[in-house]
Amino acid sequence: MARLTSLAEAISENVRDGDTVAMEGFTHLIPYAAGHEVIRQGKKDLFLIRMTPDILYDQLIGAGAARGMKFSWGGNPGVGSLHRFRDAVENQWPRPLEIEEHSHAAMANAYEAGAANLPFAMLRGYIGADLPKVNPNIKQVTCPFTGEVLAAVPAIRPDVTIIHALKADRKGNVLLEGIVGVQKEAVLGAKRSIVTVEEIVDDLNAPSPNSVILPSWAVTAVVAVPGGAFPSYAHGYYPRSNAFYIAWDEIARDRDTFQAWIEDNIMQAGPEDFARHAKKAA
Amino acid sequence: MSDFTPTEMMTIAAARALTNEDVCFVGIGAPSAACNVARLTHAPDITLIYESGTVGTRPDVLPLSIGDGELCDTALFTVPVPEMFRYWLQGGRITTGFLGGAQIDRFANLNTTVVGPYDHPKVRLPGGGGAPEIASNCGQIFITMALSKRGFVDKLNFITSMGHGEGGNHRERLGMKTKGPSRVITDLCILEPDPVTKELTVVSIHQGVTHAQISENCGWPIKFADTVIDTPAPTETELQTLRDINARTRKAHQGDGEAA
Repeated sequence: MARLTSLAEAISENVRDGDTVAMEGFTHLIPYAAGHEVIRQGKKDLFLIRMTPDILYDQLIGAGAARGMKFSWGGNPGVGSLHRFRDAVENQWPRPLEIEEHSHAAMANAYEAGAANLPFAMLRGYIGADLPKVNPNIKQVTCPFTGEVLAAVPAIRPDVTIIHALKADRKGNVLLEGIVGVQKEAVLGAKRSIVTVEEIVDDLNAPSPNSVILPSWAVTAVVAVPGGAFPSYAHGYYPRSNAFYIAWDEIARDRDTFQAWIEDNIMQAGPEDFARHAKKAA
Repeated sequence: MSDFTPTEMMTIAAARALTNEDVCFVGIGAPSAACNVARLTHAPDITLIYESGTVGTRPDVLPLSIGDGELCDTALFTVPVPEMFRYWLQGGRITTGFLGGAQIDRFANLNTTVVGPYDHPKVRLPGGGGAPEIASNCGQIFITMALSKRGFVDKLNFITSMGHGEGGNHRERLGMKTKGPSRVITDLCILEPDPVTKELTVVSIHQGVTHAQISENCGWPIKFADTVIDTPAPTETELQTLRDINARTRKAHQGDGEAA
């Protein structure tokens, strides 16, 4: 059963130095507040996993929390480069970053294989592309029925997955809607999971019998952090702050500006600072 | 209306490549602008799909990311990302993929991964995202990129997504059944692969652009088709539609830039 707890406890109990950690959210519902708590607690040597590492992973990498990253697209969507990620890959600052690079299709399939308790995923992928030449974790399998050669990648089984969802009930059942990305697969494939939510309610009142629900018994910890996905967004609660994504380009470009931002907005702040972003959309 | 920028011409020429019957996997940036101009002008029933899982979306402003809330709010339906790549893309349900890129070569292979050696890159780019499988699994691919020596290069450092590979029947030899890149729309001209060699060839030139200008901005000795046509200038409706959506988009993405 999921334990309803504080963000500080959820992170300190479930994220250990050296862990492989997936913080998922495909543009929507990115777990910023939880990622900031990971930085605040000084977790280190993490191997980060995520399809679309954007600003949150730029912050974790720049803060020195990551030894490596498995990903398929690392940029600031619609804006440009992730400067902290580039500084780590191009100049090894603040430390070298081991990268394992895939395509979206491969990562999505690998998460699904993890949730399905399979050792690997296969897909009709990477045909004519160079990634298999630089990533030894992209191999080939031959279909035993047709002889077709397909790409194979290892299943993703994180030590811990962290996501943000819309709401949870008091038992710790969790609901998310809208662009649901790979969050369900990332949680089901992980050894431990932390879900931050906009609110905890008496009754989930699922809008449809097909709503995406992660039952309490499939989740380790649930924490109420209103606004916890800002500057990404929570469907029906608050919109994405595209202005912040644009502003991040300047903040992250320079090491000193970046470090000052981390000090002011993460080290000297807490999850309650996210609450002001959580005013419900009309 | 005669005053328009090369970028406006590029976007409108790209929009014209799409039809009402297309089911289109949309890349962010210039492809997204082109696809939505098509939807708001001559192709109102086009199906636009973004890799975040939104199917049949009709955004009022251009999204900054592939997963803005606007895309979900206006979609016919939204699916999880594994379903998007497994059932809809790999399942062969998408007629047209619309991509951009940092670098392209004469056979329309694209690089969005690194400039320089992979292990010690001069420039680390965002990476492939959906592109490697969009390029192989959509019925055909359109590409839109401004023509420049930096972007149109003789040799790619890295092939993120395969176009026509080494040319000729390379795609068939690898077992691909889809057409691959069938049109590249730039700010100066439109290119199409030669039917036999698959080398990109200029087939249409935008108003006021010279052959020399095109050659000077391409990183390989670019070929011109035997018959090259003039790209029709943007109509007033096309230009107004593009400018209106750009204005709405700028307004929507402004804000206080407040920090977390």
